[in-house]
Amino acid sequence: MQRYNVPVLVCLAGLALCLASQYGWLDLYVQTTIMFLFINVIMSTSLNLINGNMGEFACGHAGFMCVGAYVSSIVSVALFAKSSYFGEPLLDPSWAVVGMPLSLLAGGAVAAVTGLLVAFPSFRTRGDYLAIVTLAANYIIMSVFVNLDTVGGPRGFMGMKKVVSAMNDVLDIPWMMLWTFAFTVFTVFILRRFLWSSLGKGVMAVHQDEIAAEIMSVNTNRIKLVAFMLSSGLAGIAGGLLAHIMGYVNPSAFGILKSTEAMVMVYLGGMGSLTGAVLSAVLMTGLGEVLRPLGILKWVVIPLLLVLLMQFRPAGIMGNRELADVFPRLRRFYKFK
Amino acid sequence: MALLEIKDLTIRFGGLAAVSDFECEFAGGELMGLIGPNGAGKTTVFNMVSGFYKPTSGSIVFDGRGTAGLKPHQVTALGVARTFQNIRLWKEMSVLDNIRVAQYYRLGYGVADCFFRSRRYMERESAIERTSREVIDALELTRYTDEMPTNLPYGLQRRVEIARALSLRPKLLLLDEPAAGLNSADVEGLISLIRWVHEEYKLSIWMIEHQMKVVMSLCQWIKVIDFGRIIAEGTPEQIQSNPEVIKAYLGDENI
Repeated sequence: MQRYNVPVLVCLAGLALCLASQYGWLDLYVQTTIMFLFINVIMSTSLNLINGNMGEFACGHAGFMCVGAYVSSIVSVALFAKSSYFGEPLLDPSWAVVGMPLSLLAGGAVAAVTGLLVAFPSFRTRGDYLAIVTLAANYIIMSVFVNLDTVGGPRGFMGMKKVVSAMNDVLDIPWMMLWTFAFTVFTVFILRRFLWSSLGKGVMAVHQDEIAAEIMSVNTNRIKLVAFMLSSGLAGIAGGLLAHIMGYVNPSAFGILKSTEAMVMVYLGGMGSLTGAVLSAVLMTGLGEVLRPLGILKWVVIPLLLVLLMQFRPAGIMGNRELADVFPRLRRFYKFK
Repeated sequence: MALLEIKDLTIRFGGLAAVSDFECEFAGGELMGLIGPNGAGKTTVFNMVSGFYKPTSGSIVFDGRGTAGLKPHQVTALGVARTFQNIRLWKEMSVLDNIRVAQYYRLGYGVADCFFRSRRYMERESAIERTSREVIDALELTRYTDEMPTNLPYGLQRRVEIARALSLRPKLLLLDEPAAGLNSADVEGLISLIRWVHEEYKLSIWMIEHQMKVVMSLCQWIKVIDFGRIIAEGTPEQIQSNPEVIKAYLGDENI
């Protein structure tokens, strides 16, 4: 049996998506849905690191997305677009082609640092108490941006469309599709590498028995620090992507509802399963779109499906297993390094 | 220089002195026992040695280094490994992963190395896997390498826990009631395992145990504590005939 090379397949899929968007085989609605799907994948896989693998109950994930969204938007608008906030762009707008992804990374970095807001309390408390801390962090972050009048306050911040169109002026390809896809692959890739290493296994050890972990030489505080920073940093990237796709960012979009959405995807997919998190993000986004004709009834059907699923598969779709554990035959088709 | 030197070790929880004026010295290579009735403070001593409790007063010097102010993981990195009274394996991780994680203190690479699979990462990771498999093979657990500990019988879980502690390459191994919950056949196996470990790895072993068969056949020197104080110490023969010890275990006739 031939083993296909995962990176090659992934690149081909990305290329196919970009080509399909470029030549209009996918209409704008489908394109946007696909991009939201990718953002949901980043959201659920990154939260899965905390809620699934580390066994904490973090319910403020949207807060970190908010930080990433604002920071990357501010950076890219200030550098590459004329705006009412910062006036003339600091750099030539054509630089946006390189600068936009870097601004996303900057947003992720700042979000990672904001993650310390939760990481430090997690040294001393856990479980329900830490859940309150994460909730508080979410509210603090939202309030900060609501009250920052220089970037629009409660009215929100915009101008990212200009950055994206500046990129399109240089080369007319579906940039946002490209970068959303690339960052999604990046997220899953580094999470997979992290979680399969001896260092990353420490995260599971902290979940299953923190005292044993500490006694067995695992620096549990460092593990928590790394996990929270990684998770919130990736959430920040997801936020930045969302802001650039929408062209508009508003603090109230990153409230507890958004955090809940991420949590639903983690628990639906199965705690601690990376493929489960990806699968459930696809499923939730897909369901949301497929059931759109139902109108308001959609919000009866989807939660009902959730209730039924939890009734019959209380551990989520995948439990804590990966796709390759459930279907070992899949291993014959690929080799992951 | 002594391997472990404990002097005037005292810990109070509120008004209760759980352990007071405990003393102990390991030159290196001994197999020592710590016995006493339930609630005498034996596990508390172990918890202080492994850095989990901060003693109220007294000093613990391991390998010439005071352990005061060190976190448990730092104490472990110095060379103190332990097992637990109620087995504390990571139950949803394979036996191999349990042992891989226990080598955290000599990982030798950082988070960025994980992401990029740097050469250092690949080298360290294969070294870690190799030493893990060595320990697994040495303790005859090869068949169970990819099993989850939950699926193993209790006696084997004990063995895995000892393997995990040994993979830390300790100089001192603390065994907290290794025979608890084992049937008599398993106990025989455990005795020969501990004897083999002691000779093979040339380390000091300090164990808490209630089953006299285990203590008497293994330990060279035994300390007995009751209500946090040392009431007797000596060779197994001396302890067996010591009236203080008999009184602590069986009660005072006159009461």
